[in-house]
Amino acid sequence: MTQLVDNFDSMQKKPRSLWRDAWRRMRYSITARIGILIVCIITLAAVLTPLVDPYDPKLDSDLSSARQTPSMQHIFGTDRLGRDIFRRILHGARLSLSVGIVAVLMAGSIGTVLGLVSGYFGGTTDMVIMRLMDILMAFPSMLLAIAIVAARGTGLFNTVIAISVVGIPGYARLVRSMVLSIREREYIEAARMVGVRNVRIIFRHVFPNSVAPVIVSATLGIGSAILTAAALGFLGLGAQPPAPEWGAMIADGVPFLRQSPHLVFFPGMAIMLSVLGFNLLGDGLRDALDPQMQE
Amino acid sequence: MTVYIIRRILGLIPVLLGITLLVFFLIRLIPGDPVITMLGDRASPQDIERVREQLGLNDPLHIQYLKYMGQLLRGNLGQSIINRTDVTFELAYRFPATIEMVISAMLIGVSVGITVGVVSAIRRNSWFDVLGMIGALLGVSMPIFWLALILIYALAVNRTVLPPSARLDVDLYVRRVTGFMLVDTLLEGDVYAFFNAIWHMILPSLVLSTVIMPALARITRASMLEVLRQDYVRTAWAKGLAEKVVVVRHALKNALLPVITVIGGQLGGLLGGAILTETVFSWPGMGTWTYRAILSRDYPIVQASVLVSATVYVFINLAVDILYAFIDPRIRYN
Repeated sequence: MTQLVDNFDSMQKKPRSLWRDAWRRMRYSITARIGILIVCIITLAAVLTPLVDPYDPKLDSDLSSARQTPSMQHIFGTDRLGRDIFRRILHGARLSLSVGIVAVLMAGSIGTVLGLVSGYFGGTTDMVIMRLMDILMAFPSMLLAIAIVAARGTGLFNTVIAISVVGIPGYARLVRSMVLSIREREYIEAARMVGVRNVRIIFRHVFPNSVAPVIVSATLGIGSAILTAAALGFLGLGAQPPAPEWGAMIADGVPFLRQSPHLVFFPGMAIMLSVLGFNLLGDGLRDALDPQMQE
Repeated sequence: MTVYIIRRILGLIPVLLGITLLVFFLIRLIPGDPVITMLGDRASPQDIERVREQLGLNDPLHIQYLKYMGQLLRGNLGQSIINRTDVTFELAYRFPATIEMVISAMLIGVSVGITVGVVSAIRRNSWFDVLGMIGALLGVSMPIFWLALILIYALAVNRTVLPPSARLDVDLYVRRVTGFMLVDTLLEGDVYAFFNAIWHMILPSLVLSTVIMPALARITRASMLEVLRQDYVRTAWAKGLAEKVVVVRHALKNALLPVITVIGGQLGGLLGGAILTETVFSWPGMGTWTYRAILSRDYPIVQASVLVSATVYVFINLAVDILYAFIDPRIRYN
């Protein structure tokens, strides 16, 4: 009898949402948990380091302790100007994470709006937007990013712009393909029949139903944005010295590779770990949101 | 099939025109006056004006674009602003070095990636599968310029297991015919130089191959797992066919369809990755050339190399699409 009542009670509960279900599935995945852990550590480093340890990269050099190997005092050693590599990596987390997140937010929102408009209205609008996206996609992404930074000048802000522009077509295509199937559903037709305006249909009914894959793609996108930013930094086109940008730190260590490989090794590990964190989280999210794809 | 190919080629025309437009205007946004870069800060205003007139930089932008397209259609990519060399000639000189590296990276990436994917799928949850997929995850997360430096340190700096730069030992000379070192050494009949060229190519190609290898391993594994569950594979097993036959002829053949699409998509990654790999390995290809041109604002070179890379990318994707339609007839009938 008690069991029957319990069952009835549980039937009365509100049904679990897509996100709640996904979160429950993610908690059982070891790889997703590792991803969440890494992302949390990087986020904490990015947020807390500037508060706990105020840092001015221009004033941070001590030539008397240049290129020291890792020790108790400097756990990752020091660079060619005697700066503590561990400290610079922690401060660099803020740069890499903000480039990754801002670039993905920009690319994701512009791409999503273009995809929604293109998929919903179809016809000439769709054709024009998609041909523009084809042209952007015709460029190898790294090359296009380099060309944009070259055109706009070096620096962190232009790196963000370049990575965003390169990312837009991916989101536009993804959202468009979702919209094409959603716009044929009955509830969209019903909304149209009762005279709801197109903008409202797009943002209230179509968008919420196509947001899950965009979030998965954006999580994975943060990882690749960090990689591209590091590559631009390595080529001297990203954040400029003395900013503690990870790619630029590697480039700084290249002339000393033979004698002091730690100058190159540790910043590279930081890039790899943070990208790995976002990739694991993105994979976990995708599996959790679409269990059929888990294979 | 012919109709499909013609339709696809015609569809490329607006994309190619769009590429030329984008490249033309993007390069003109580069801050700084190229004429001042060319003549130096001390040039007189009269000289600057004369050179601007000579280069057609005073014309309205649409006239400049039309002139540029006219030259382009005649195969003329212009002159380097910095050292006045012919861009088409230098491009022809550097292009084979990059393509040779990209092709060898592709061969390594495709063969290793697909093999790892197939074995991981048929030995699912084995140590090979776990290690393979961890490797693939680390591979997609690793910056290739960093991997290149670590390998140079491990294999080329302290112990010269593999050479860290150049296409050939300095004491070797091979007459240039095609620009492809492996072909030229064979044409010369110099077997020693041929193997020396391969020796020099291993490290850069291996590094560049990691751009595509992890993605291919993952997609092949996923696609194989999907196919291995199909009824026709179960039937093949039930017929008592050997594992090799079931895996290669029945499963892999069908699992390769999504893999081919991924190969096409990853090619852009290879062309972009070539810039980083060439820079680290001082490889005398288009990547280092473009990078130096960007730093010195030599925009005819930047324009030419971005244009050529994008065009090559577009055509390779076309080839992949045609191959795909060839393998899967459902595509061309739609």
